[in-house]
Amino acid sequence: MSIIIDKSTKLAVSGLTGREGSFHGLRNKAYGTDLVAGVTPGKGGQDVEGTPVFDTIKEAVEEAGANTSMIFVPARFAAPAIDEAIESGVETVIAITEGIPVLDMLSTYWKAREAGVRLIGPNCPGVLSPGKANVGIIPAQFFDPGPIGVVSKSGTLTYQIGNELKQAGTGNSSIVGIGGDPIVGSDFIDILKLYEADPDTELIVMVGEIGGDAEERAAEFIAAEVTKPVVAYIAGFTAPPGKQMGHAGAIISGSSGTAAAKKEALEAKGVRVGESPTETAAIAVEVLRSL
Amino acid sequence: MDLLEYQGKQLFAKHGIAVPSGEVAATVEDAVAAAERIGYPCAIKAQVLIGGRGKAGGVKIAKDRAEAEQFAGDIIGMDIVGPHGEGPFRVDSVWVEGGSDIAEEYYASIILDRGEKKLLAMVSRQGGMDIEAVAAESPEALVKVHIDPTREFDVAAAREIIAAAKLADDALDAAAEVLVKLAEVAREEDATLIEVNPLIVTSDREVVALDAKVTIDGNALFRHQDLAEVADTADDPQEQMAKEKGLTYVKLDGNVGILANGAGLCMSTLDVVAQAGGAPANFLDAGGGSKAEAIVNALEVITSDEKVDAILFNIFGGITRGDEIAKGIVTAAGQIGLELPLVVRLDGTNSEEGLAILAEADLPNLHQEKTMLDAARRVVELAGASS
Repeated sequence: MSIIIDKSTKLAVSGLTGREGSFHGLRNKAYGTDLVAGVTPGKGGQDVEGTPVFDTIKEAVEEAGANTSMIFVPARFAAPAIDEAIESGVETVIAITEGIPVLDMLSTYWKAREAGVRLIGPNCPGVLSPGKANVGIIPAQFFDPGPIGVVSKSGTLTYQIGNELKQAGTGNSSIVGIGGDPIVGSDFIDILKLYEADPDTELIVMVGEIGGDAEERAAEFIAAEVTKPVVAYIAGFTAPPGKQMGHAGAIISGSSGTAAAKKEALEAKGVRVGESPTETAAIAVEVLRSL
Repeated sequence: MDLLEYQGKQLFAKHGIAVPSGEVAATVEDAVAAAERIGYPCAIKAQVLIGGRGKAGGVKIAKDRAEAEQFAGDIIGMDIVGPHGEGPFRVDSVWVEGGSDIAEEYYASIILDRGEKKLLAMVSRQGGMDIEAVAAESPEALVKVHIDPTREFDVAAAREIIAAAKLADDALDAAAEVLVKLAEVAREEDATLIEVNPLIVTSDREVVALDAKVTIDGNALFRHQDLAEVADTADDPQEQMAKEKGLTYVKLDGNVGILANGAGLCMSTLDVVAQAGGAPANFLDAGGGSKAEAIVNALEVITSDEKVDAILFNIFGGITRGDEIAKGIVTAAGQIGLELPLVVRLDGTNSEEGLAILAEADLPNLHQEKTMLDAARRVVELAGASS
């Protein structure tokens, strides 16, 4: 098994007629993802290399059976596109678009929760279930199928770690890029829950970075709810201290948001934290072999 | 994007929140002229994007013209270090405003709580002081209430928060109205943080915002033309250059110039260089899908920092293609020369094509390494040797 996407995924890509959308949408299709539709208002009836294009996501659901939506539209139009996907009847929305205003995401986040639709991103590389489906921009050639579930805030850092795991002879059940924006549809905890329930995932690698307190919250959740081993990596130990404007941020999170604070929170809950991507992959392999 | 105090106050005034009237001045002469028009006593306040100005001597009350001249002279051009060692920040201008008759000092803020995915309103009757200390020492004195994203935040809802914070009864309605307007500023101006400390009550029982710390979401500037225009220019020459070229660059203190693709990998590269005993000179995220031209620009920015002794390129291509990176390096070497040692680690999409391009160009000073750790060790060694 895998999480979020697999062989039953039927993908509709909003923005398939655009340059980036067609490049990555067709790349996902070439990987074996069942690309059933493109969506661009005003371009219904056209096709992109044989994939039919609809005016709305709802039509893609009703006429092409789409159950997963990928959003590849420019930032200023992206939140309404995600809202449209949430209301269309798909189960999962994966938003790749970078630069969406955060207050737009605030209302979109709650719409997705109320509708029971799983939202991944925005500003994320997407989801890859090796050997099954790829939705997004993750370069699939660096990942093999295997027992390690990866969840990450960062794209390129995930490729780095995934590639080291592959070179060590192992692979992944799924790789989920949750995105690094302040408001994302699914956070570490949402994805940890899925990996915990996935029989093919034996170990979880969590890749975080400075800012917010998602890693600290995840540490609490791991201690309380996750039985599978978790190995973590945090980037940003040498990042400069951000100019702190007001003090309200530190008050609400109760955490400084630094890499050191996150590492400490995770280690306090028994999660091993690697010093570098290389060491993190090595620890993951070591723990996996000891299972 | 952070706003200076006076820019924040202008935004407050636009939304009907009472603020003291004042003028911004960049010279002592202008500051004194402003003080003369405003009358005494008046406050002369350093305009810098950092807290703790008062303690650093950046806020003074002038009783007469002589004091206005003296304080403006002291403050303009001074360097202010933040409470957590940030900066120093040079003071380029002051805000001169009429003195306020303060009966009560409160605290109010609206902030995006990314954990709860809601706006959070915070109010305290203990304003005018370090609010982090209030939160730590007497948490009951700081009332924190999330704003329901599915409902209108009206005066009735705001009144509950104000009442819970036990503000003076006769200021309750006015303070509730201010809180509603602060939430309106957050929503309509795309502010992710608004902090007013102190929010004062005058002896006439008027509620006035005496300070303003506002952060605007940079992603939303496309719909706020007025704010996009005030977007401050960077102080640092490399940061300014990077901004003009559309690169994400942060200056650091070391001598190892760094470029990586993706913020996460770039941060990780800084960490690994530091672990290898080196000191990064900068953070530079070339972004996804970088083309050759972006690489030329990035190298120009990095090499314009005289402290840099060696450079590391750490690329793991996803959307970014290794051949584009290699072409950029070769082009840059031709255009601006490559006098410093450059360590390149190229992996991922089209990395073989990229490595072939670099091998053919056979540039002097170019060193290739296969892994991130080896590349970090090598660049630290080279940076040490060339300084």
